[in-house]
Amino acid sequence: MALADTARVAAPTPVRSVSTTNACRMCMPLGASLALAGFEGTVPFLHGSQGCATYIRRYLISHFREPMDIASSSIAESSTVFGGESALVDGIANVARVYRPAMIGVATTCLTETIGEDVGGALARIDGCRPEPADPAADGSVSPTGAAPALVHVSTPAYAGTHVDGYQAAVAATVGALAEPGAPTEQVVVLPGLVSPADLRHLREVVDGFGLSHLLVPDISDRLDAGVAEEYQRLPPGGTPLAEAAAACRARAAVTLGGLVSPGTALAGELLEDRFGVAHHRLALPIGIRLTDALVETLEGLGGTAPHWLDAERGRLVDAYVDGHKYLAERTAVLFGDEDLVLGLAVWLAEIGVTPAACVTGGRSGRLAAELVRLAPELDGRVTVVDDGDFAEVEELVRALSPDLLVGHSRGYPLSRALDVPLVRVGLPIHDRVGAARTRHLGYRGTQELFDRVTNALIERRQDESAVGYAYM
Amino acid sequence: MTEVLAARARQVARAGTGGVDLDCDRQSTSGSVSQRACTFCGSRVVLYPIADAIHLVHGPIGCAVYTWDIRGALSSGPELHRLSFSTDLRERHVVFGGERQLEESLDELIARHSPRAAFVYATCIVGVIGDDVDAVCRAVSERTGIPVIPVRSEGFQGSKRKGYDAACEALMSLVGTGDTAGIPRHSVNLLGDFNLAGEIWIIQEYLRRMGVTVVANLTGDGRVDDIRRAHGAGLNLVQCSGSTTRLAQQLRQAYGTPFQKVSYFGLDDMAAALYGIAEHFKDPEMLDRTRALVAEEIATVLPVIDECRADLEGKRAAIYVGGAFKAISLVKALRLLGVRTALVGSQTGTAEDYRYLAELCDPGTVIVDDSNPAELSQFMATEDVDLFIGGVKERPMAYKMGVAFCDHNHERKVPLEGFVGMANFAREVRASVCSPVWQFTPRRARAGRSGTTAHTGRAAAGAAIEVMC
Ligand code: SF4
Repeated sequence: MALADTARVAAPTPVRSVSTTNACRMCMPLGASLALAGFEGTVPFLHGSQGCATYIRRYLISHFREPMDIASSSIAESSTVFGGESALVDGIANVARVYRPAMIGVATTCLTETIGEDVGGALARIDGCRPEPADPAADGSVSPTGAAPALVHVSTPAYAGTHVDGYQAAVAATVGALAEPGAPTEQVVVLPGLVSPADLRHLREVVDGFGLSHLLVPDISDRLDAGVAEEYQRLPPGGTPLAEAAAACRARAAVTLGGLVSPGTALAGELLEDRFGVAHHRLALPIGIRLTDALVETLEGLGGTAPHWLDAERGRLVDAYVDGHKYLAERTAVLFGDEDLVLGLAVWLAEIGVTPAACVTGGRSGRLAAELVRLAPELDGRVTVVDDGDFAEVEELVRALSPDLLVGHSRGYPLSRALDVPLVRVGLPIHDRVGAARTRHLGYRGTQELFDRVTNALIERRQDESAVGYAYM
Repeated sequence: MTEVLAARARQVARAGTGGVDLDCDRQSTSGSVSQRACTFCGSRVVLYPIADAIHLVHGPIGCAVYTWDIRGALSSGPELHRLSFSTDLRERHVVFGGERQLEESLDELIARHSPRAAFVYATCIVGVIGDDVDAVCRAVSERTGIPVIPVRSEGFQGSKRKGYDAACEALMSLVGTGDTAGIPRHSVNLLGDFNLAGEIWIIQEYLRRMGVTVVANLTGDGRVDDIRRAHGAGLNLVQCSGSTTRLAQQLRQAYGTPFQKVSYFGLDDMAAALYGIAEHFKDPEMLDRTRALVAEEIATVLPVIDECRADLEGKRAAIYVGGAFKAISLVKALRLLGVRTALVGSQTGTAEDYRYLAELCDPGTVIVDDSNPAELSQFMATEDVDLFIGGVKERPMAYKMGVAFCDHNHERKVPLEGFVGMANFAREVRASVCSPVWQFTPRRARAGRSGTTAHTGRAAAGAAIEVMC
């Protein structure tokens, strides 16, 4: 089913299958739920069968090891005939009652898209007949005014894209729906993509360090990596404040990190530019020296000044590269996961002397191969890129290439075990280790951590394989 | 006080407050953040452990991804069940239909993996786009010579139980197609055991020592050819009653095979199950062997259990699991450890199960059907529990509340069935409840500061359940 990019093939192109075995992606509503969870006081709501919400919760809970409530309209057979609007209306009322959210983000699923539900219309009808705001003193919900929750809608039929498309579509839909035009602000809107809570915290620190007023949209860092509180919090605090998200359309600039999506999926940054004239910059995820330098340049271009500590981190990273380079020489890796992450990682591996011999993603942007060569020209002709791939294809490539390393999420573990190739865990999901939320990938600091993990994985392998049992490497 | 949505008012009760009559097996309340999944999930969990079959999910990719190798249903041989196959439907299939995609996928996968059968799971949109799954399955079966079985598991059809029924129907289509020659009289099928963490092997070993032959596992460590001859067994043992009682009933009707409902969790229920089998076969020698087995096994595990009870005595637990039958065993097993159950619920229990639970539990115990995080977290606080027994979705909630946790669902890695399973369970519970980390969680720290036990909130126990309108 997948389309290999045959333009720059280094390894044999894997066999194309009709069916998919062990997919290398998730479905659109998962990404949408994650994006919506990054807005303050928001409950993600999936309009469809109960299973979609429950499966997605389970999947995300196992990764973040945090509660993740996703509501469902739990539509029944009759709804497939008569429409699911009443289930949607009841569901929204119940969520509003139990959670008192500031916003409910409604994402569709395969089923409701296929039966052609008019969700936008239904939400408008709900909005139109809402009662007067409840007693403001009702309780300490995040909606201090007691106002009814904002309702946003994003269309996420799983058959039309990947979880990354779902994520980006939800960010764009929310930013578009909340937009309140008005006086321009000094803010730089950072659209971080599907990265870890630790990455988000670091990004905040970096942009802060440049002295730029900024806003992360969305921001799951506190909501999906929270401490233990005295009382259970149905709506975990944190997330992009809705009022600020509403002002994103007046920002001076928007910076999208990553943003490789299937054709037809709009990015929030593009929407801000097209509809509101916000200057939009698109960068690859800042992994490694080159790609982080590009972010630094962009932030300087926006009038910021790089903080000293960032320079120092860059210096230490270069020092680490030098210290470790001989362990890395002539090594090869096979990468799999989301397009944005795979792109950033591949460009980075190339700069430390590791060849990312094959890159397999479940994505369908069709742009990964070209972006790779644009950002790391030395990779031209040396990397096999498979779009819309699955793990049957990863396996075939690993067998053909015998790489030294796998870099990807925990779904690669069975392969790593069967073929005895070490796996460095990055991205989502990481279901077999603790600390997924704390895994840092971005900036000089995140790269430093990745560098140590990758280099040590190779050292460890060499040490284990040595008959001597060296205690120094 | 705990608030419950009006639509769910009849799915929550307290033991000892008159007749408990829960209104269960209904569609989850919209917007209630149910902890359970859908019809597809029900079918998938029951059939999944059949290890030499292909399990092809016909639909868009998500449903297949989220059920890829998610249970520790072990196999002693082939492991086809651990692969996630999907027709991965796209927009064009939604418009033009997915029959060809299904047919080609089946041909491709059967040629690649040579399975003994193929199960085709229909997901939400398959019916809506009008695919004739039955016809495709028939055609491929004729061409390839293996059973290709459609499973009517469209997610919206109803609750998870509905999916169990669809799975049982699929299994019924296999049973009766194999040769039963050579099956001894003292033989059983194991229904509703999914061989998590190798549990079915423990039970099989007990049966072997008793002199009982196992014909087919339905479905843990299951094999297609065994299932085809399952109608030759003398008795069906039904564990996890929710999922396979229906199959046992159908087998009794079609082949006259009697069945017994059993539970392999806890010492009492495990022993009762084995005695029940021996009595059924009316073989005095077998009964003697069983007595010896039970005595020996219990003697081995009792020291561990006693040791754990010393540490656990007086603790309070919440149980929220998939099936009510398991919940019943857990209440008893916890009692053996000196732990009182303050809240018990399940995703798929029947009114009868809940009535039994209400009788079994201490007065005041909260009983819930198809619950959700909002309710469970409130009850955990008002009932001031020390321990939560459930699945992955409940774990972070318990931890956030400073409550210990024991995974008793599909992802467990330690066998909890059998006598040895009870010892493992005791250890699992103790490992969490007695960890020193709880002293730092705010709720426990507060209790520690005020110099009392963690149960200072106990006065709240028995607090009112308020219906929200
Ligand atoms: S693929 Fe479709 S039906 Fe399956 S879980 Fe995703 S949204 Fe739900």
